[in-house]
Amino acid sequence: MSHDDHHAVMIPAPGPEFVDHEVPHHFNTPVQEFQAGKLGFWLFLATEILLFGGLFAAYFYFHEVYPETFVLGGKQLDWKMGALNTSVLLLSSWTMVMGVRSAQTSQKRKTLIYLGATVLGAVIFMCIKYMEYSAKNEHGLIEFAHLFDGYNEATGQLPWFTDHDGVMADVPHGHMFFAIYLTMTAIHGIHVIIGAALIVWVMFGTAKGRFHAGYFLPVDLVGLYWHLVDLIWIFLFPLLYLVP
Amino acid sequence: MTTNTPPVDVQVAEPAAPREDYLNCSKGIMSWLGTLDHKRIGLMYLIGVGFAFLAGGAFALLVRLHLWEPEGMLFTNQTYNQIFTLHGAFMVFLFVIPAIPGSLGNIVLPLMVGAKDVALPRLNLLSFYFWLIGAVLAALAIIMGGFDTGWTFYAPYSIYTDHAVVTIGMAIFVLGFSSIFTGLNFIVTVHKLRAPGLTWFRLPLFVWALYATSLLQVLATPVLGITVLLVAFERLYHIGIFDPRLGGDPVLFEHFFWFYSHPAVYIMVLPAFGIISELVTVHSRKPLFGYKLIAFSSLAIAVISFLVWGHHMFTSGQSTYAMFAFSFLTFFVAIPTAIKEFSWVATVWRGSVALNSPMLYTLAFLIIFAIGGLTGVILGSLNVDLHLHDTYFVVAHFHYVMMGSIALAFFAGLHHWWPKIFGRMYNETLAKIAVVIIFVGFNATFLPQFVMGSRGMPRRYATYVPEYMPYHQASTIGAVVLGSGIALMVAYLVTSLFTGKKAKENQWGGVTLDWKCPTPPPHLNFDDDPTVVHEVYDYSALDYDSMRRDAT
Ligand SMILES: [Cu+2]
Repeated sequence: MSHDDHHAVMIPAPGPEFVDHEVPHHFNTPVQEFQAGKLGFWLFLATEILLFGGLFAAYFYFHEVYPETFVLGGKQLDWKMGALNTSVLLLSSWTMVMGVRSAQTSQKRKTLIYLGATVLGAVIFMCIKYMEYSAKNEHGLIEFAHLFDGYNEATGQLPWFTDHDGVMADVPHGHMFFAIYLTMTAIHGIHVIIGAALIVWVMFGTAKGRFHAGYFLPVDLVGLYWHLVDLIWIFLFPLLYLVP
Repeated sequence: MTTNTPPVDVQVAEPAAPREDYLNCSKGIMSWLGTLDHKRIGLMYLIGVGFAFLAGGAFALLVRLHLWEPEGMLFTNQTYNQIFTLHGAFMVFLFVIPAIPGSLGNIVLPLMVGAKDVALPRLNLLSFYFWLIGAVLAALAIIMGGFDTGWTFYAPYSIYTDHAVVTIGMAIFVLGFSSIFTGLNFIVTVHKLRAPGLTWFRLPLFVWALYATSLLQVLATPVLGITVLLVAFERLYHIGIFDPRLGGDPVLFEHFFWFYSHPAVYIMVLPAFGIISELVTVHSRKPLFGYKLIAFSSLAIAVISFLVWGHHMFTSGQSTYAMFAFSFLTFFVAIPTAIKEFSWVATVWRGSVALNSPMLYTLAFLIIFAIGGLTGVILGSLNVDLHLHDTYFVVAHFHYVMMGSIALAFFAGLHHWWPKIFGRMYNETLAKIAVVIIFVGFNATFLPQFVMGSRGMPRRYATYVPEYMPYHQASTIGAVVLGSGIALMVAYLVTSLFTGKKAKENQWGGVTLDWKCPTPPPHLNFDDDPTVVHEVYDYSALDYDSMRRDAT
């Protein structure tokens, strides 16, 4: 059998508003495609966790070396804003679950509504994050305009960390907490944006009727990604805002 | 002559149309650049890593020529620093890590498990393009002024130095994800796409080795990714965690770096082990001695290799107890490695050994790897390492592993699967001559480095005291011999593509599935979906006809 007369496996659409799914030629069964996608994506999530693992390791190491800096630094963050953002993400994880469920049961309209709500959650999260960054900017704890101005060897000054209220004056290396805070939350924020973009992408596919009870793998995987983004924040929130 | 003219009534067979295979099934540059076929992606990888190897080799020759005289012959010290850094970075990140999985692994693994492709073909193509972006960024870093940190990018120097460290850091980040994607793909492929009847213990050992490699790629590489990102952030906005001026700790960088880069040693060497396991059995026509031992030792190496990174830091300042543990575990990782070496030798023992070029490379590997492995154990002992740390002894040790073992195993595998991949055979006589030149040149290059290292010659120095001159000159002569051997190899391999004899269907008499598909394989690899009924390496199942018949 040459590849010309190789017949692709088709998963029929459950209704007129959906389209058939063609299983890629190198899989023999739809189950094989589904399991391969799932396993691959879980492995990818493992690499994401390990990537953040390096940041967490740095956090714990310097928390151990400069405990006062981290405790005092954590007090400068607004835990109410952090808690609000935590609830927003938790809620968006619920809408994501409902979105995946709706896709699995071929309910196109509900899928679109729930996925749209999840994207809205991502937008609210980023807005609150922006307000928090602005507050840090005003107090000279992270001055974004001077972020890349370099390090002044002679004065020992970091242009982005002026701390003009002097809140961190009594602890060693006050910038360290804010540098780690910025790095961790910014990388997490990039993941939020990527996650939102992926959700918008599967919303287009949903609108075209590509996802239904017979084939919903991409919705499922994007859902997993969104839960990971949520999970990482669940760890970041207490570590940064409620420094033990 | 009239006697040569055939009688007029003889039936002359119609010239058969060339059988359709993956090389000729579609045409045009786009059918290659956008291909999802694992064999074509593997070939593009082969070309890419081949050029990276030649570039890295050219840098190596420049280093060796410079060291001909104690004061240095060619460069300023500054330029010398950049040249050896380029050599290390190109060889490690663009060649040794991706070479075997990306090229031979990509082509052979799906054949060996009887699949039509890897599980995630798009990700496979993305992996190649990430490799290409990494290569372009590395070239860009050279244009932007180069980098002089050594391939290890130790902080705080990598933070202070006035060079394109961020660009090369991004190159390594992207290359890391290229490597992750390949590994992830292989794991899923081995789990989900094995042919019916192909149980785990019927898998060829190259597959086992690539599987263990893939676990390391997926679980270790992200840590390198975040480490180079943090160095980039350090340079861009001074986080301070690696910078002692800002209260940071450079030793933390070393922990992060080696947490990846020790397992990376096994990312590099395990695929080489896999190739050697395959080749000793096929070319000795004898089942492997200790199949399960070799399979499990790959996994054991993968696990233990996560726990030994501190042996690179015996002089960096870590607790004495940690050093005891790291030293002990380093000895420990030698056990599964030695199991492999003994199993290979026992397989060759009393086998029906065919001394063709792939087997000659394999035998060269067995000798060189014994030296490379044992000198690693020497360096793993605490007191000896304090003397030998950062000397040419270390350089010689890891070149016996990285060049002498891994690159030679890559060459062995390349010669072994060349007829399967291209359907052509290279000139076997020239191939045997090249093996001898490479083997002699390699040892001439690096044996003197063991000696001068043990006598205190530090690595990475642009100049040296005249007492070391004989060793350096011997090493440089060796490097030129080695380089000419490799040039000969490249020459006959490339010409074989145009003038080589047609390969047999089963050139060497292998019994694994990669030898049961047509030569070269068709787009979907097998004419019929294969089913496996024999144990692995069961040579009683060999179809001798396939070794006689020419490919049609
Ligand atoms: Cu090591």
